[in-house]
Amino acid sequence: MEILKQIAQCLEAGDDAGVTPLVRQALEDGIIAKTVLDEGLIAGMNTVGEKFRVHEIFLPDVLLAAKAMYAGMDVLKPLLISAGVSSRGRVVIGSVQGDLHDIGKNLVGIMLKGAGFEVIDLGNDVAASTFVATAKKHDARVIGMSALLTTTMPVMKEVVDLLKKENLGGRIKTIIGGAPVSQNYAGEIGADAYGYDCAQAVAGVKKLAAAVQ
Amino acid sequence: MEAVISRVGRGEILLADGAIGSLLMGRGLARGAAPESLNLSHPEMLEEIAGLYLEAGAEIVQTNTFGASPLKLENYGLAGQAAAINESAVQAVRRAVGERAYVSASCGPSGRILRPYGDTEAEKMFASFQTQMQALIGAGADVVCIETMSDISEARLAVRAARSVSPSIPIMATMTFEATARGFFTIMGVTIEKACRELHEAGADVIGSNCGNGSLQMIAIAREFKKFSALPLLIQANAGVPELRSGQVHYPETPEYMAEMSLELARVGVAVIGGCCGTTPEHTRAMRRTLDKEWKKPNGHSPA
Repeated sequence: MEILKQIAQCLEAGDDAGVTPLVRQALEDGIIAKTVLDEGLIAGMNTVGEKFRVHEIFLPDVLLAAKAMYAGMDVLKPLLISAGVSSRGRVVIGSVQGDLHDIGKNLVGIMLKGAGFEVIDLGNDVAASTFVATAKKHDARVIGMSALLTTTMPVMKEVVDLLKKENLGGRIKTIIGGAPVSQNYAGEIGADAYGYDCAQAVAGVKKLAAAVQ
Repeated sequence: MEAVISRVGRGEILLADGAIGSLLMGRGLARGAAPESLNLSHPEMLEEIAGLYLEAGAEIVQTNTFGASPLKLENYGLAGQAAAINESAVQAVRRAVGERAYVSASCGPSGRILRPYGDTEAEKMFASFQTQMQALIGAGADVVCIETMSDISEARLAVRAARSVSPSIPIMATMTFEATARGFFTIMGVTIEKACRELHEAGADVIGSNCGNGSLQMIAIAREFKKFSALPLLIQANAGVPELRSGQVHYPETPEYMAEMSLELARVGVAVIGGCCGTTPEHTRAMRRTLDKEWKKPNGHSPA
């Protein structure tokens, strides 16, 4: 549908003022909220994520697109809730240590929201026990951890170990990312998945959340 | 002590130090603590590290103030102590090096993103950098080093903040680039050409790149800078890209390798050569030895 394409393009251009009336228009045209979300906003955000991955666009473009996505989500949210469209589940994310290093984690958070997850972002400098306690409290399906400092990576293992100790290993899955982290490291510490970049991280979370369901 | 700028202006190559953070970790800096909190609690540690780099042959020694702008310190509830944290850091390096090396005041990104992309007003960011610069320059830093920047607007604010505090202090400003299929860009999309133009306009005296890359990429970055700017160039490479070896992080570039590479940087025309993440006093020592032995002063040598 033409209007959904327009929404996606508007989002890709980072035009948050333009997205809101288009989303309203689509709803008035009789398109259901879930379709506007999936084929308009999320489709646009996926393109943005892919262009960012190949360095065709940079962080400012992604941040503006995220703003536009939130503007569209504000219109859709009440409708999605009243239509009983359930989220894909909750995800707890955080950086195991602070710095500029939360850029990657924040991007993953934006993309996860776009993909329909409820995201609980614990920010930076998050202790293993906080990850696990928050995931338990909010009945989250996945814990996503980011580290950029090699010295902080062991926190990831602490989270995995803590989940095992509390017998939550099957119920709460773990995914890790960040420059010094690798698929090998994920295997080594027993994390359930590794995300090389934003797109992979979101794909990984989708898979893990589905497995928990 | 003769000013940094007149020395590099004559074609002299100055050697800057290497990483501080990893040495602090080795001395028991707690995970998750602000490295800058040590400036107040353990200034003797910073004095010792500065002394190691001086002894290794560095002529420019950095303060432990990368994250000591009030906006950044806010994350740790330390914004109110910004002035004391910055002053103490300059004093610690000064005690170690005296007048035998330049005290270089490090200033990293605020960790915030400017409007319209983020939520931070330019005025607020400028004020934060200015507070940091007042303390650093007031405590007697010889040169300011604004580094690891990815947003050119933020870098410009930092340069202008330093200049607003002192009309004469030499200002070095470096950004961190990533190699892409279309050339080098910062994560915010800044090209080297743009960095050259805008850092110069903002009032930087020395420009260049640090972090994010090992030596080979940095040589390519240095060449690119030379295409677009006649300002003295500063390059601080990481000791390669970190690898994991049985759970331990390992930086692959050895002191000997980086020493060879420093010679190549000298041939490209880099004025200030130092190290970033993963480099140690041993790297500095090897670079010193190689540059002293192999690099002839400009009038006695015609670089290839």
